[in-house]
Amino acid sequence: MNVESIKMNPELRQHLIKSLDQGVRFDGRKLEQYRQVTVETGVTRNAEGSSRVKIGDTEVICGVKMGVEKPYPDTPENGNLAVNVELLPLSNARFESGPPGIEAVELARVVDRGIRESGAIDTKKLCISTAEKVWSVFIDICTINDDGNLQDASALAAIAALKDTRYPAYDGIEINYKERTDERLPLKAEPIEVTVYRIGNHLIVDPTLQELQCFDARLTTAFTADATICAMQKGGEEGLTLEEIEKMIDLAEEKAGEIRSKLGGD
Amino acid sequence: MTYDKRFDGRKSFDELRPMEAKAGIIKSADGSGYFKIGKTEAIAAVYGPRELHPRFMQDPSTGILRCHYNMMPFSGSGDRIRPGGNRRSKEISMVMEKALIPVLDLKEFPNAVVDVFVEYPQTDAGSRCAGITAASIALADAGIVMKDLVCAVAVGRVADKVLADLNYDEEAYEDGPVADIPIAYLPNSKQITLLQMDGQITKPMLIDALKMGMKVCDKIKELQVKALKDKYGEAQ
Repeated sequence: MNVESIKMNPELRQHLIKSLDQGVRFDGRKLEQYRQVTVETGVTRNAEGSSRVKIGDTEVICGVKMGVEKPYPDTPENGNLAVNVELLPLSNARFESGPPGIEAVELARVVDRGIRESGAIDTKKLCISTAEKVWSVFIDICTINDDGNLQDASALAAIAALKDTRYPAYDGIEINYKERTDERLPLKAEPIEVTVYRIGNHLIVDPTLQELQCFDARLTTAFTADATICAMQKGGEEGLTLEEIEKMIDLAEEKAGEIRSKLGGD
Repeated sequence: MTYDKRFDGRKSFDELRPMEAKAGIIKSADGSGYFKIGKTEAIAAVYGPRELHPRFMQDPSTGILRCHYNMMPFSGSGDRIRPGGNRRSKEISMVMEKALIPVLDLKEFPNAVVDVFVEYPQTDAGSRCAGITAASIALADAGIVMKDLVCAVAVGRVADKVLADLNYDEEAYEDGPVADIPIAYLPNSKQITLLQMDGQITKPMLIDALKMGMKVCDKIKELQVKALKDKYGEAQ
């Protein structure tokens, strides 16, 4: 295990719950309030598309690289998609160098599911020649500073970088990465992920690293623009009632709308 | 194609690409620094002094410095880079340590480690030098006692010209000999703490290149000092 997982701090939790009872968090936010969210695109020149997302002090960079590969045998007409999260040791003392631990794997897989299941990328249009050559889309998310809520930040960075992506020049044999075309990825949906946390009987969004020491359960929900749910992931040590799940989805849907407005147009 | 002027429009052979330096950009870190030169961009974070694991690596007579050079998967000019490091990144990490250690006194921190993580969102030659420059800012920002700043730049030759701060196109020049010489320099004690070279060069050209490097490092030092002053204000 190369990531020191965040441990429950029962005293801090009691203290936070008292504060949440009053409707306020340690940093003065309301329970259902995000920190300031900013999205920049075109932040690194060697990637075909890129973005920087900041949520409060949390910061991630996402880069999209394109490649030409053989398709998987079971999907000979579909391009490939891969999402990877690097929890860089530069971004927090609890991360260490080495192969991805379970936290990075879960983050990446939940981002991947939001993109894949929403049909965000029309992978059929990534096909160059059936069973021989398809475009591969590699989405790498690197953490610069971790102050909680890496899941929502990573998912937002991924879709922002995909929207920023332009194909490199390709002559049928070789990619010329130095030359970028005007052609964009065939995007059909823009999934937004929002994670809601339950602490005692309170629901909060966008936790800081400190608040992550206090939560009982969490639920990530990915929505497309028409409010279709396209991916979910429950986490945390405790269970959720159906009633809680409904409330969490409602809150997530409302917040997804707010976050979508940060994504901007083309 | 003869090489008689800079490929990227720079006016002289000792001109550096546009630079930007910042201190304290990563809140979670004990110290951090940013250095951009042309299209090469380095972010450095310092954690420590902190307890060193595994324990068998601990040294009761001194703290140790560990550098970790890592290119982000999308930072290179070609295909995606597989994460996880390789022989190249191992060697660069090691020479970065050797470039920085001479300005530190880690004897105060027995059994401890100072970790320096250097990440690159984008690269266009000169990455180890940009990393050392950023790491030096980060170490100062972390409040670790330093005898000097460490400034680094690549110098070299392309055809019959001696030049500073080669970009990728200059490194890759094919119609004549090329030498790429990354150096790190301590501007106050006037010592060189990183010296590597690959390519072909004569001794007189090498000495000219090193002199040029030592001279242009002063410009880098000014930026490092400014970045730190911008964060902490003028010393009282």
